[in-house]
Amino acid sequence: MNPALTVHRLQFAFTITFHYVFAQLTMGLALFLVVLKTLALRTGDERYERAARFWSRLFGISFALGVVTGIPMEFQFGTNWAEFSRRVGGVIGQPLAMEGVFSFFLESSFLGLVLFGEKRLGRFGHWAATVALWLGSWLSGFFIVATNAWMQHPQGYMVGPGGEYGLASLRGLLLNPWLGWQYAHNMLGATMTGALLVCSIGAFYLLADRHQDCGRLFVRLGTIIGLIAGLLLIYPTGDGQSKMVARYQPATFAAMEGVFQTQSGAPIVIIGQPDVERRRLDNPLAVPRMLSFLTYHRWAAEVRGLDQIPSSEWPDQIPLVYYSYHIMVGLGTIFLAVLAASALLLWRGRLYTNRPALWVLMLLLPFPFIANTAGWITAESGRQPWLAHTLVRTAEGASPQISSGNAWFTLLGFLGMYALLSILFLFLAWRQIERGPVAAS
Amino acid sequence: MGTVWFCLIAFMLTVYVVLDGFDIGAGIVHLAVARTAEERRTILRSIGPVWDANEVWLIAAGGTLYLAFPGLYASSFSGFYLPLIMVLWLLILRGISVEFRSSFAHPVWIAFWDGIFALSSVLLAVFFGVALGNVVRGVALDPAQRFFEPLWTNFRPEVPTGILDWYTVLVGLLALVALAVHGCAWIAFRTDGETAARAGRLLRRLWWGVVVLTVLVTWFSWDLQPQITHNLHSYPWGWILPALAIGGLVLTWRWSGRRPLATFLASAAYLAGMLASVAFGLYPYVLPARSDPSLSLSIENTRAPDAGLRLALAWWAVGMVLVAFYFWMLYRRMAGRAGHDESHGY
Repeated sequence: MNPALTVHRLQFAFTITFHYVFAQLTMGLALFLVVLKTLALRTGDERYERAARFWSRLFGISFALGVVTGIPMEFQFGTNWAEFSRRVGGVIGQPLAMEGVFSFFLESSFLGLVLFGEKRLGRFGHWAATVALWLGSWLSGFFIVATNAWMQHPQGYMVGPGGEYGLASLRGLLLNPWLGWQYAHNMLGATMTGALLVCSIGAFYLLADRHQDCGRLFVRLGTIIGLIAGLLLIYPTGDGQSKMVARYQPATFAAMEGVFQTQSGAPIVIIGQPDVERRRLDNPLAVPRMLSFLTYHRWAAEVRGLDQIPSSEWPDQIPLVYYSYHIMVGLGTIFLAVLAASALLLWRGRLYTNRPALWVLMLLLPFPFIANTAGWITAESGRQPWLAHTLVRTAEGASPQISSGNAWFTLLGFLGMYALLSILFLFLAWRQIERGPVAAS
Repeated sequence: MGTVWFCLIAFMLTVYVVLDGFDIGAGIVHLAVARTAEERRTILRSIGPVWDANEVWLIAAGGTLYLAFPGLYASSFSGFYLPLIMVLWLLILRGISVEFRSSFAHPVWIAFWDGIFALSSVLLAVFFGVALGNVVRGVALDPAQRFFEPLWTNFRPEVPTGILDWYTVLVGLLALVALAVHGCAWIAFRTDGETAARAGRLLRRLWWGVVVLTVLVTWFSWDLQPQITHNLHSYPWGWILPALAIGGLVLTWRWSGRRPLATFLASAAYLAGMLASVAFGLYPYVLPARSDPSLSLSIENTRAPDAGLRLALAWWAVGMVLVAFYFWMLYRRMAGRAGHDESHGY
């Protein structure tokens, strides 16, 4: 057993979680920039341009942090996970290289145009540059999810002479059935982050009685787009994704739902604490037969529990898988309820003056980040004990010659560096929010 | 397939050094060349819109290396663990110093990020040079294709090797001075007035350092890495590559002060010639073993199965056509020197 394994895992988990805060923010905001620029182009209303300029400044800050925290992700496959890379680099190197070639060049070439080229490009040109930037960022998400989908459900590969895996079919890699659901679900999650951020800042302006016109616009746009994204997150994408897990990763599914004993007519657990040592769930609050129905569309269907799966195949942190999944689903449900109420108030024309509703919308700000992070923790800790499901175990994947002293050295360095980045981000983002969507000076 | 991908990755890394090299170089010299915060801002404006796209060449080259030679990616990245993670930290600091410097108009804030920009650029240039020196010198590989380089041992380029020894430090210094010259050439080309004149004068002083270090590094490299001599004997056409470097170096001097674009291109030719010479000299090795040549990593024993490499060639070619289009667009709209009055963010 590699003595530094836990440190390698912690470092990757920490750096990817931190990176994804900014990645989901840029992907979500890129969509809003396109929406705002399209509205500006169609109506000629100056307010949309001003709103787009405001969000593009915040986009710029979070994009910069997304870029600088993204580079370590690619490098760490080699530095910390060398044996994993040696075995599967021939497959997952492909989508990672595609991301560089097809989306990073696109994004980095158009970012400057979007941020500083408004005067020079004209209205249509600037709209097109914004669309290119959005395409680049969503394409980047596609290649990363393609990489992850392959690790979750490997296909389209071949085995080389030395036991290493190589790519046999681009179609197998890019049309993986796992990828479609995961990508749609993930991008809707990023959209939800963007929508709730826009809503939250809009509610803040309305409560503070500043920038009223843009505040209303933000709350309205955020509510409508967030509501659509919230519905699609649950059905069909969340539903499709969980059926995929039930079918191909039964151990993960059982851990997510807290099913220790195989049973027909399995209940769905809303709240409860898994007790892995005693193989049971404490203080459960459950809806009878619901899990069987949702998964197999039959009330009496049998759901496989962890008891039918050898414990060497169990995720090593079952409570983490269970809690992160329940946090994601719980928050998603709350978002949908709040946004539905907000949409109702909007329709009745009372949202902009309803202070309790605006308070709730404003305070939602951190939660989409938590929900997205919890979703990814479900996917990643749920896939354990595998790196590439059924092909490479996590314990075999880490670089064997890195001592835990060296691994700790770099983990602590990343912690310090990212603490600095967090402070800088909050400081600069707050300055922009404080300044608000004002006309360019 | 191995040779094809060896050349493509060497090409991508060369483009990376030539392009990101000038913005790193600008960072190395900007405190010396620009005297006021406003002059420094002009230099930042000349690289602000392009540095990120330039750096993507490193990420794309890394991804391509991963797909084509996963064995090399695994062995070298984990073997050079500490310096590579430090490079990541430097890239982070350098990226945010460019992006965040002008987002808060406070003199102390701006001076702080100007300093971080210079420091991270200097250290990155040295680290990249040291890394190249390590590859040419070779490392202590074991039969399982593994090694781990400590930061230093006894500062001699022999087993037990360390990241830093007198040879790799010498290569690091060459990288620092060569990129500083490249950065001066860019600033002289892209700015005007006193800033450009100072960059031109600094270039002519640093140029002598490049000449001396190039001679020394070339001499010791031939001595340390027998494969270079072997390849030049077997394939005499390879002499074109060092000739390109020498020609570039001479023309950098001759054209400096009179033809700014030509000077910059000559400096780019020098860098490209040097890197191509290294790639040519090492082939078919990708990471030689210092102790026992038979343990060296080569394009044969580290590459991915051929079927996948053939698939990748098709999309890679399409991607490069798109990239050429983006860069043409990006640099074309920057025609004209970076002035003081543009409504720019940097």
